[in-house]
Amino acid sequence: MAQVRLDNLKKTYPNGFKAIHGVDVDIQDGEFLVLVGPSGCGKSTLLRMIAGLESISEGVLTIGERQVNDLEPADRDIAMVFQNYALYPHMSVFDNMAYGLKIRGIDKSEIRERVKKAADILELTDEQLSRKPRQLSGGQRQRVAMGRAIVREPSVFLFDEPLSNLDAKLRVQMRIEIRQLQERLGITSVYVTHDQVEAMTLGHRLVVLNEGRVEQLGTPIELYERPASLFVAGFIGSPAMNFATAQINGQGTAVALPGGAEFTLAEGVYPSHADRTVTLGIRPEDLTLSEKAQDNCVLTASLVEHLGADTLVHGHFGTDQTDMTVRLSGIRRVEKAQQLPLEILPEKLHLFDPESEKRLA
Amino acid sequence: MIENRPFITVFCHLFLLLGVAIIAFPIWITFVAATHDAVRMVQIPLPLWPGDQFFENLDQTWNAGIAGGVNQGVAVMMFNSLVMAMMIAVGKIAISLLSAFAIVYFKFPFRMGFFWLIFITLMLPVEVRIIPTFEVVANLNMLNTYWGLSIPLIASATATFMFRQTFLTIPDELLEAARIDGAGPMRFFIDILLPMSRTNIAALFVILFIYGWNQYLWPLLITTDQNMNTIVMAIKQMLEAAEQAPQWNVIMMTTLLAMLPPVAVVIFMQKLFVKGLTETEK
Repeated sequence: MAQVRLDNLKKTYPNGFKAIHGVDVDIQDGEFLVLVGPSGCGKSTLLRMIAGLESISEGVLTIGERQVNDLEPADRDIAMVFQNYALYPHMSVFDNMAYGLKIRGIDKSEIRERVKKAADILELTDEQLSRKPRQLSGGQRQRVAMGRAIVREPSVFLFDEPLSNLDAKLRVQMRIEIRQLQERLGITSVYVTHDQVEAMTLGHRLVVLNEGRVEQLGTPIELYERPASLFVAGFIGSPAMNFATAQINGQGTAVALPGGAEFTLAEGVYPSHADRTVTLGIRPEDLTLSEKAQDNCVLTASLVEHLGADTLVHGHFGTDQTDMTVRLSGIRRVEKAQQLPLEILPEKLHLFDPESEKRLA
Repeated sequence: MIENRPFITVFCHLFLLLGVAIIAFPIWITFVAATHDAVRMVQIPLPLWPGDQFFENLDQTWNAGIAGGVNQGVAVMMFNSLVMAMMIAVGKIAISLLSAFAIVYFKFPFRMGFFWLIFITLMLPVEVRIIPTFEVVANLNMLNTYWGLSIPLIASATATFMFRQTFLTIPDELLEAARIDGAGPMRFFIDILLPMSRTNIAALFVILFIYGWNQYLWPLLITTDQNMNTIVMAIKQMLEAAEQAPQWNVIMMTTLLAMLPPVAVVIFMQKLFVKGLTETEK
C-alpha cells in the first residue's frame, strides 16, 4: 500500500513526438484512480510509465517514499493486468500465478499458500488451477490475470483496459468484481480505460486526458456536474452533452440561442460575462417537460428513439438548426414535428468560452 | 466440393497407387538386393523377391565392411554420421535461437544490418565457400574431427529466420508481464520463449537432422582417416572399392542402414513436425 506521486511527468519519443506534456497527480493510499480519454490521448503511455515499461523523459515518479524513475518494473512493487491478459500459454494457471513469486525466490509452501488465497478470492477452483489458460473462458482468464497481480501483494495495481476483450454482459459483471476486490484489498490502483461508463463507475477519482494533457482531475460527480472544459463535458455522459452557440443578455441573467429559445441563468454568477457569445452545454437528461405554457423554450421533435427506460428525442429549438437531444424518463409518445415545451434548472446550464473552451464561472 | 463419380475415384486411386509404386519400388529393390549373396546380385535377371542372406549380409556390413576393401564395418560410420548430424542439428538450433532472440528482443546499433548479414548467408552454402572454409578448418587443425565435420555447417540463416518469425508472433505483453514478474532476459528466454517455440524446434530438428545426415561433399573433403568416414560418403566409395565387381548386397545393405535414422526421426517426430509447421495459435 502506498501513495503514488506523478510530478510533472513528461514523455518524448526519440522521434520527437511528445506523448505526455507534464502530468501532476497525487494518488492517495488505497485510492482507485481512473485514467480516461479517447484513443491516442496518452493514457496507456502514462500507465506504462508508472509500470516502468516506458522510460520517463522528465519529471519524478514516486511510489511510497521511493523515487522509482530508474527502477526496473519488477523492483517497483507494482502488478499489472493487461488488456489481452498476457498469460503464459504453456504454463498452468497455478504456474502463471506462481511464476513471479518463484523468480523472487519465495519458498514453495508459501507460494502455494498465496496462490490458494488468491484463487479463493477470485473463486477459481483447484481444477481450474491445473488447466492451461487456453482452456479457460475470457472472464476466467481475466480472473487469472488479476490473480497473478494479487499474489504478488504489490503496493500498486495497474490495469490496462482489462475489460475491453470481454463481451458486454461479462464486462458489467467483472467491473463490479474489480471494484469490490479493490475495496476489499484496499490497494492503490490505477486503471486505464476509454469507456466513460467504466471510468465513472470504478474510479474514486478520474483523470481525463486529452492529447497528453490533463483536462480535468476530480471525482466522477464533479466531472459530471462541473466539467472544466468542452472536451470533458463532451466526453463524460451518454448520450453526449448538447452544445450550441448562444448569447448572454446585457444583464447577465439569461442566455439565448439564435433561434429564439432563452434560458434563465443562475443569479449573480455571470454579470461579468454580460453580452458575451458563449458555447452553451445542456445535458440531455437535464431538460424536462414543462407544465407551464411558455413559448421561449420549445423543442420541435425530428426523431424519437425508444430505449424502454428512457425516450430520446432529437430536435431543435425554434429556428435554430443545432441538433439537440433530450432524454425523457419512461416511455413517452412523442410524434415527429411535435412541439415540446421544456425547462431546465439554471444551475444545470454549462457555459464555456468558445475560444479557450474552458468553463465560465 | 465433393464429387461422387466412380470413374474419377478409381482413376485417382490408380494414379496414387502408381505414384506410391514409383517411390517404393527402388526401396524394395534395395531391400531385395540386401538379402541375396554377392554372386546372385551380378547375375541377370536381377532378383525381385527377397533371398535368405539378410542376416549374413547385415553381419558382414555392420562389422566387416566390403570384402577386400579398406573400409571397416559400417557401425563406425553410422556412429560418425549420427554424431555429425546431431551436432549440426543441435548446434544450428542453439545458435539460431540465440541469434533470433538477440535480433528480435534487443535494441543495438545496426540490428537490421546484422539480420540481413545473417540472411544473405543463405546464398553462401558450404559448396560455394568450400575452399576458404577448408582452409580455415585445416588451419584450426580440425581435419578428421567431429568439430571439423559439423562447425562449418552450423551457422544457419534459415533457422534464424524461422525463429525470428516465431518470436515476432509472440505478443509483446508476454515480455512485459515477464519483466513485471522480475524475469531477466535469459530467464525469459528459457522459461517462456523456449517452451513456446517447442514445436518449431522439433520441426527444425527433423529438417536439420536429415540435412546433416545427408551431407556428402564436406565430409568427403575433410576426412582422410577411415575412422572418421560418414556412411553417406562410404556408399559411394564402396562402389569403387577393391577393384572388382561391386558387391551390391553389401552396398544395398549399407544404403538400407543409412536410410533408417532419418526415417526413425521423421516417424517419431511426425506429430510435432506437422504442428510446428502449421500451428499459428500462440
